Amino acid sequence: MREGRTTIVHTLALMVPFLVGTGFLELASRAGWVESYLLPAPSAVVGTLWTDRVEFLAAFQDTGYSALLGLGVAVAIGTLLALVFSLSEWLERALYPYALFFQTVPVVAVAPLLVIWFGFGRPTVVASSAIVAFFPVLAGGLAGLRSAEPSLMDLFRLYGASRGRVLVGLRIPSAVPQYLTGLRIAAGLAIVGALVGEFVGGGGLGSVVDVAKTQQRVDKVFGAVLLATLLGFLATLVMGRVETWARRRLS
Amino acid sequence: MLELESVRRSFSGREILGPVRLRIEEGDFVSMVGPSGCGKSTLLRILAGLDESDVGGRLTSSFLPRSTGFVFQESHLMPWRTVEENVRLPLELLGRKADPGRVRELLELLGLKGFERHRPRQLSGGMKMRVSLARALMGEPRLLLLDEPFAALDEPVREALDDELLRLKREMNLTVVFVTHSVAEAVYLGSRVLVFSARPGRIIMERSPNFPSERTALLRETPEFHRETRLLSRALRAGYEEAL
Repeated sequence: MREGRTTIVHTLALMVPFLVGTGFLELASRAGWVESYLLPAPSAVVGTLWTDRVEFLAAFQDTGYSALLGLGVAVAIGTLLALVFSLSEWLERALYPYALFFQTVPVVAVAPLLVIWFGFGRPTVVASSAIVAFFPVLAGGLAGLRSAEPSLMDLFRLYGASRGRVLVGLRIPSAVPQYLTGLRIAAGLAIVGALVGEFVGGGGLGSVVDVAKTQQRVDKVFGAVLLATLLGFLATLVMGRVETWARRRLS
Repeated sequence: MLELESVRRSFSGREILGPVRLRIEEGDFVSMVGPSGCGKSTLLRILAGLDESDVGGRLTSSFLPRSTGFVFQESHLMPWRTVEENVRLPLELLGRKADPGRVRELLELLGLKGFERHRPRQLSGGMKMRVSLARALMGEPRLLLLDEPFAALDEPVREALDDELLRLKREMNLTVVFVTHSVAEAVYLGSRVLVFSARPGRIIMERSPNFPSERTALLRETPEFHRETRLLSRALRAGYEEAL
């Protein structure tokens, strides 16, 4: 009983800033305190989302699909490299500093280059998404693979276990929690990367923003931003759930 | 039989252990006490083949490889495995077939019956240590090495596990090396008790108390037991002061 009431109170507490904020924006716009071509009324944004729902939905799916592909590429490469690095210190020393490049490179700056390489369309968007999502996967995987308890490593050695055996039996299961944290961060970043890719390569919510901007349609820009935020929120939510589930099962 | 000759170990120029000269006969129960950081754990790792002596040290062993069990300071179980799966680990690594009867027998022997499907996090510290012991015994070791295994446990739990260890040693005919920081525990368990000096650890005293081999809690209350612990405590303190 008490628990149910706490949940309701918490939900209400969450709703208050939202209602006050949107209410204030609506008021500011209607009263003419700000020009509606700078800051549209929330009701106008919702209206636009509804009128252009077909376009928005297609763009939403498009961006989501590209981000999913980008995340897939990032996970495949990041996981593989993490496994290779964990097995060979030599390779790690040689290659990890270059992998770090992916964390520091501003994807906005490279995006035009991607268009030259991959042309307009999905491949550029996916590449842009994969570039930003790649590093957290690698870092999370590597940190996880290294987090195996030293005493258990000793135990495996004591019984003459091979490297492969240690990897499968100990390092990989130990790695799961940190790996999934990396994946959750990567999922959010994959969407950011996809949007940046769409600014230069076209398609999805990125294009909607780009076109609406040139038409001075701030309401439409806000609509697209709202949907992109929703996409990121959904990705983080799903990955967070997976993470909690795995943590409960594995530790 | 295990024989060590001028075994020493240093880490990045700093001497931790030795020189140590020691002979352990089959069936011995050797307790080791010493100040923390005196290299007892390192010595244990060398006995297990997980570490090596610096150049010049020699270790001769009549125990077959892979016939050593090791119990760590903490239980260190794999959280993603059940109790039974944790205990079976050595068999998997050694590539031996798990005889279900033997697994069950061992779990029963350590009072883990009914907990087979539990996860480590559902167990108390004492129970986890029992699982850890069962795991070490699953590989059918001839030599069992324990590194302050019960240090983190409440005294009654520790004493119960001490008795259990003595029983297992007898039943499975093990050779045991037991590192502890409790002099009383060392005296209660060991057929031989070694006292180490502060770093770099050397053996400064050895006693083979003449107690009956069947030890019970009553032993802890006899004058002989107290005399023995006093004697060893004094040697241990002298080892400390020498270092200070």
